[in-house]
Parts: sequence; C-alpha cells; structure tokens
Amino acid sequence: MSVVIGGIVTGLPHPLLVPHQNEGWQRLRTGFDAFRDEIAAAKPDVLVVYSTMWPSVIGHQIQADPNPTWVHVDELFHDLGSIPYSFRIDADFARAWCEAAHARGLQARTIAYHGFPIDTGSVTALKLLNPDNAIPSVICSSNVYSDRAETLVLAKSMRDALEASGKRAAVIVVMSLSNRLFTDFIDPAEDRIHSDKDEEWNQKLLEFLGEGRLEDTAQLSREIQRQIRVRKVVNFKPLWWLSGAMGQHNRYDGRVHAYAPILGTGAAVVRLTPTDDGIGDKEYDEDDVDVFRGDRDVLSA
Amino acid sequence: MSEGTIVAGALAPHPPHLVYAENPPQNEPVAECGWETLRWGYERMRRDLDALDYDVLVVLSPHWQTYIGTHFLGVPHFENKSVDPIFPNLFRYSYTLDVDVPLAEAICDEARADGLVTKMMRNPDFRVDYGTIVSCHLTRPAWDKPIVGISSCRSHAYYSTEVMQEQSMALGRATARAIQKSGKRAVLLASNSLSHRHFTTESEVPEDMSREHIYNHNQYLWDMRILQLIKQGRTQELLDIQPEFISQAITETDSGALTWMLSALGVPAIPGEVYAYGTVIGTGNAIVGWYPQGRSA
Repeated sequence: MSVVIGGIVTGLPHPLLVPHQNEGWQRLRTGFDAFRDEIAAAKPDVLVVYSTMWPSVIGHQIQADPNPTWVHVDELFHDLGSIPYSFRIDADFARAWCEAAHARGLQARTIAYHGFPIDTGSVTALKLLNPDNAIPSVICSSNVYSDRAETLVLAKSMRDALEASGKRAAVIVVMSLSNRLFTDFIDPAEDRIHSDKDEEWNQKLLEFLGEGRLEDTAQLSREIQRQIRVRKVVNFKPLWWLSGAMGQHNRYDGRVHAYAPILGTGAAVVRLTPTDDGIGDKEYDEDDVDVFRGDRDVLSA
Repeated sequence: MSEGTIVAGALAPHPPHLVYAENPPQNEPVAECGWETLRWGYERMRRDLDALDYDVLVVLSPHWQTYIGTHFLGVPHFENKSVDPIFPNLFRYSYTLDVDVPLAEAICDEARADGLVTKMMRNPDFRVDYGTIVSCHLTRPAWDKPIVGISSCRSHAYYSTEVMQEQSMALGRATARAIQKSGKRAVLLASNSLSHRHFTTESEVPEDMSREHIYNHNQYLWDMRILQLIKQGRTQELLDIQPEFISQAITETDSGALTWMLSALGVPAIPGEVYAYGTVIGTGNAIVGWYPQGRSA
C-alpha cells in the first residue's frame, strides 16, 4: 500500500491566519488539526500536495528546492498578514516523479529556484498539516490547459514513482468545493455559502466523500464544473488527480473533519483512508487512461 | 496647480521572455537573443514616450488577480525578487520601485465613489506581480518614474465580459479624473497580450526562434482584425468587439486592462501607433501607443 492516507483541504488562508474571526473558519482550523494528527499517525514517508492554486502552462511543475524559504503574502488577502515559511522538500522524490511523468508521455519539470512563489494554498496546507516539517513534502502544479486524461496520467505517474521508491505517502489536494467568492467585502461574522445551489452540491459531495466514494465523486467532476465552479480553468480536476493517486475506486473510509464557508466558497477538510470495505465498483462513463498522447491536433487534420 | 493629463496610453504586454532576452542586470537567467521584433518595438515606443516628459506610469496587470474588488499598490517603496511562477527558468528579477501612493489613493477613492469595490494594498512584504514588473521594465528600464499598480478583479470570470467592460470603463473614467486633479502627467499601460493560447511545451533553448509562431491561424486572424481597428482609429468598435474577441481567441483583454486604458483616454477616435506585433510561446502580442495630444505633447 503506497498511499496510506489522503484528503482534501481548502487553500484559502483564513484558517491559518485569522481563524478567530469566524466560527466556521475556526472549525476548519480544528479540522486541519485533526487531519494533521491522523496524517502523523499514518507515518507517511512523504506528503504529496497537488495544488489547484499553483497554475502552470509548460506541462506540470514539481517543487524540488530542498528548503524553499520565503515570506508569502496572498495577492487578494494581503491584509490578513504575511506568512513566513520554510519547508522540507523531498527533492529526490520530486525528480523521480518528474521522470515517471515523462515515461507516461507528459511534459513535466522540476522547479528549484530561490524565491519561487509557492502558492497560498500549498503554504496554508503545509503550515497546518505539517507544521514542524516532520514529513518531507512535494508540491505539484495544476496545468491550466490539462483536462482529465492528462490529470489522471499525472496522478498515476506519482504512483509509479511512489511504488518504485517503496515510500508510504500522504496525498493532499488543495481545492475548494464551490469556488464562488463574494465580490464585495463582507463582515466575517456574516459569511455564508454564496448560493443555495452551491450549498446543496457541496453537501452532496461531502456525503459521497464521507462515505468513501472517491471515484464516484471524481466521475462527477465535469458536472461539478458546470454546476458550482467559476470557470477559471478548463475543468474541475482535483478529484481526478486524487482518485488517480489513491486508486480509482470507492473503498475508502471517509471522514469530513470540517466544512464551512470562506467568503462564499465551500471550504472543507476531508480525510480518506484506504480500506477493504466500501461501496462497490461501478460502470463509469469516463475512460481510464494510462499514457498521455498529447493533443490530437484535430483542427489541422 | 495646473490640470493633470494622460499624455499617452500603451498596450504593453508582459511576456517575461522579452526581459529574459534583453539580459538586464536585474534578471538572473541569461539568454542569447530572441523575440527581437517585439523588443525593438518596445525600444521605439520608449523613445516616443521619453519625449513626453511624464511623471508617473499607471499600469493594470492581469497577473495581480483580486476577485474581490480592484486593488492598488499602497506602499511607497518595494524592493524584492520576482520569480515568474509559470516561467521561473526565464524570469528571476530583483526589483526596486517607487509607488505614487497619493495618486493610487486618489484613483481608488474616485473609483469607490463611482460604486466600484476597491482596496489599497498596504502590506510591505507583498511581492509585486511579474506582469506589472515586465511591462514597466520594458517601458522604462531605468525605473526612475514612480508607478501606480492596479489589479484585475476578474469580473469576466465571475460575471461576464459585458460586466468586465462596464467595470473597466468606470475604472478608466475614475483614473482619468484622479489624474486630472493630481496635476500630473501620466502614461497608462495596459499590460496584456491579445490572443493568449500558449503552447504547453517549450523548446530546449527557449529563445530558439525557429520554434516561435502563433498557436493557430484563428488566433492570428483575430489579432490582425484587432490591429486593423487600432490602426484605423476605430476605437469604439475595438471595445464593442471585445466580447467576441475574448470568446473566440482566448485573449488576455479579459483582464479589463485594454478597456480600462482606452476608457481613461476617453475612447479616442485616433489611430494607435503599432510598434510591433509578434508571438511569444504561441500568444499574440502587440505593442501600441495612443497619443491623444500628439507625440510631442
């Protein structure tokens, strides 16, 4: 078993910087704390982060600076404060993952530059889930143009690297559920999910994840994109990645540690642990893909 | 105090490749050459702008993305290192810049008075986005003029192109009023490409120009249509066609930067001076100047 624990966390910085300003943000912080303890108890060798808040264009970028150190300020929530960080990165695993991605047909590269801007979501996740750097980590970007096939193959390449290394991993996806922010400043005490529709979809996703139905939820990704996502990128990809990384099935023990609005978005902390039980495999519309063969170049045919 | 004025507006795209290829001392990576058509276009625009004797550069960047309102740099001095999150192999740039905070606050206040959501950015640890830095460097490499940095509130993504257009028009009018009251002479920079579909691979030598071309012919045709309108001074049509342009050519004008700048200029029915057009990793980029009072104003 190479992935011993996984889950999703919000990437907005409020649970890290100002949890006291809103009861829901404090619940998220408490949820992060509980998930942190479960990760530590699972004794992973590496903590792998896929962040939807780190966009890339040239394929997939994997952080490989052994000790990125900086003071981060969020471009939107700069008034919440600065975030100093110093992380311990498993550069060897980053390079191994990059090579495994190449082997499956993907464009990928490692990143190791002083001052590289690690995104708010990754910083928040690592500060709260791995505060003393006890577990070496790796962070991967989300390509703005990639869709399901590429994302799934990227996740499988991570598993290749993991299995070759013999390491045990915790895998974390940084994402929102519904991602519509209010477009005006609000009193934190008055925070709520942006719409009833967003709330209903978020509850459905949490119900599935709480039942360990990871692949079922991943199969809904295109519908999730249509229903509750502001379309900043081509599709809603993080659950494709998580399912590809942990295993494309529903045999998980799921636990929703916390769910609350952050300025209108659906923010959650959810843990998934592989188990022998679970809701059985089904027949899905989405194809399984093992190798990325690039764009089909349909227009020029 | 005499009235302030906008002496020029410019379409000043921000591909970091252009700074990389120029090899300024602030940037760590070293290039052999590359993207000369665009870089020489910037050189020609610089010469025209330098003749105008302006006080401040006001820049709206698509890469400072603030989904809650429009934000303004509000710290007098920044000194930091900018590493491009997309092309870190090309752009690792140490910058020192001054901000015209009073003018930024004035634009912020004028925009708020018009009903826009605005906010000043006061955190001294903040890293200025690479779009702002690239456009300002290529326009004024000496960095001897203060800047006003304005974010993109991405209302195209959250609402529609039409809402983005309305908000950007209002922000442009607010910018013009604030500059007029300030008594300053300003140059406005819209820091955006035209068509904006990138290749997702990069050649081993990034400046290998044998690999550089537009992503597809559709993008090229759209860019040429836009440049035709610019050269003919059909500025209102240029704005009116934005929803279709954005939808068809995946353009970076979705940031509102071009609309803001043309609105601040009063949607002038004058031809823009097209200094250059070229592609960078498949995207279409034009360097254009508008001079409402002529080039010797």
